[in-house]
Amino acid sequence: MSATEERSWTAAVRERAVATLPPDKLLADKQPSYVASWIYVFGVLSLSSLAVIILSGTILALKGPGWWHFTGIGRFFNSIHLWSVELFFFVMVIHLWGKYFMAAWRGGRKAVWITGAITFLVAIPCALTGYVSQQNFDAQWISTQAKDAMNAAGIGSFFNLLNFGQMYSYHILLLPAAVVAIVIGHILLVRKHGVVPPFKVPATTSRASTDAAGSDAQESVS
Amino acid sequence: MSRRERLAEDDSYREWKGGYRSYDIVKEACIAFGVVLALAVVLTILFSSPDEKPSTVQSWARTNPVDFVTTAATELDGSSGTGGYGPPYNHASEGQHILFIRPQKWLGVSHPVNSAQDFVLAPLRSITGQPALQAAVTAYESASSDQQAKWTTAYENGLTKAVATARGSIIVPGGGYGPLPTIMGGLLGFAQSGGLDGALLSSRQFYQTDYTKALLFMADGSVLSDRAQAEHLLGGQWGMMNETGGYPGQVWLWLYTFWYQIKPFSTSANADILVMAIMGVLSLALILIPFIPGIRDIPRWIPIYKLIWRDHYRSLGT
Repeated sequence: MSATEERSWTAAVRERAVATLPPDKLLADKQPSYVASWIYVFGVLSLSSLAVIILSGTILALKGPGWWHFTGIGRFFNSIHLWSVELFFFVMVIHLWGKYFMAAWRGGRKAVWITGAITFLVAIPCALTGYVSQQNFDAQWISTQAKDAMNAAGIGSFFNLLNFGQMYSYHILLLPAAVVAIVIGHILLVRKHGVVPPFKVPATTSRASTDAAGSDAQESVS
Repeated sequence: MSRRERLAEDDSYREWKGGYRSYDIVKEACIAFGVVLALAVVLTILFSSPDEKPSTVQSWARTNPVDFVTTAATELDGSSGTGGYGPPYNHASEGQHILFIRPQKWLGVSHPVNSAQDFVLAPLRSITGQPALQAAVTAYESASSDQQAKWTTAYENGLTKAVATARGSIIVPGGGYGPLPTIMGGLLGFAQSGGLDGALLSSRQFYQTDYTKALLFMADGSVLSDRAQAEHLLGGQWGMMNETGGYPGQVWLWLYTFWYQIKPFSTSANADILVMAIMGVLSLALILIPFIPGIRDIPRWIPIYKLIWRDHYRSLGT
């Protein structure tokens, strides 16, 4: 056998992965000089909120769906779960608006935007299934109200908001797995493409004709 | 800007060739996690989380027996919300549609519910030791549909003048109700004892997780909506966004809820599918913003980016 024929699939995948996203890009210790605004914090805050949601949700899942109703510590972790969800959506929406006004899809970054938007959209049913899995009056009311939209769209035939068992499965496994998978893809794309550079702006000084995204002159002033 | 110029400009944003500065991504992630965790803990300590006990058929039958029996009568003659719902519960109607698009009908009946059998007659058949009740059920089932309709119509009219007694039963003015007073008296007693809660669970096995029938039955009455109104959770109160006790709920559903507040959606029989269609289109538009002329250009026209990158532009002298 030649050396080429002996090359394993594993090696091929590793080499492709390292070539696409080398370690110093995946865990970079430098970032472009223009990344200097509070708006950038909301991306990592979204990830942090998701981490708190998963941690608190894991504890609730380990103890079972009824635990939090009749123990103080259970109520505590349910409250952590609730508020981290509220924080997650709050910071994610700001992150989304921030990226919109940066037109963060520029420079071959459309997939970054798309994965981010899909994360937001998948997170909505993920939260909804949580609200209808609470086993309290809120769950009763929300499920009976939301079922009509699901049924009207045909979704209700396979996604029954009134079926606690089905909703709980969606909430603790299927939809969180989807959110986490898309978020991982989103992060890898961000690391691969980098943070979108600023817009070019019209000249207002003698130096302003500088291209905002990649001239040597710009590098000298950054 | 021509397409070629736009593509060329877009391409110029691919790689940053300017300056870099030190950055500790792991440290930032750890700090952010700590901040979010601390915020969640503080909010938990300050506000906890809502947990209003669920309504039960038993509590409903005990606190509002007239509404319970009235709802049960409409389940019996199929005039309730569930009785006339259509797919995915039954074939009583075709469901909502937009023009020729009828996904509710196309997906069919996946969770079959016969409101008369499932909510009234079958639970009563499970009661033993009450021959008069079983005879009344038999009399109703063996009557013609015309006769059944006469009994239920008369009984529902009588129920509008019914009053509840202190012992939890109801008094209905006399009329030609056939076996219905016995049937409904039996169902009310069964519900007040808690038996109907169990009988309405859908599963045929010991372990139960599907509350479709019990929730549909309760939603047909006023037991849930009365509580929801008191908690400002009705649709007209933007209720889907909130939780009991004034807690913020699914605030991110504001746009979805918004459509239900305005015409034609607020008065349309097809409001749900119309709103879902609009939200579907808007969701797709959100995903595809980079490809939509005009929408993708707004960030350039409204220069919020100058605020975001003000240090960068200042450093360039622009």
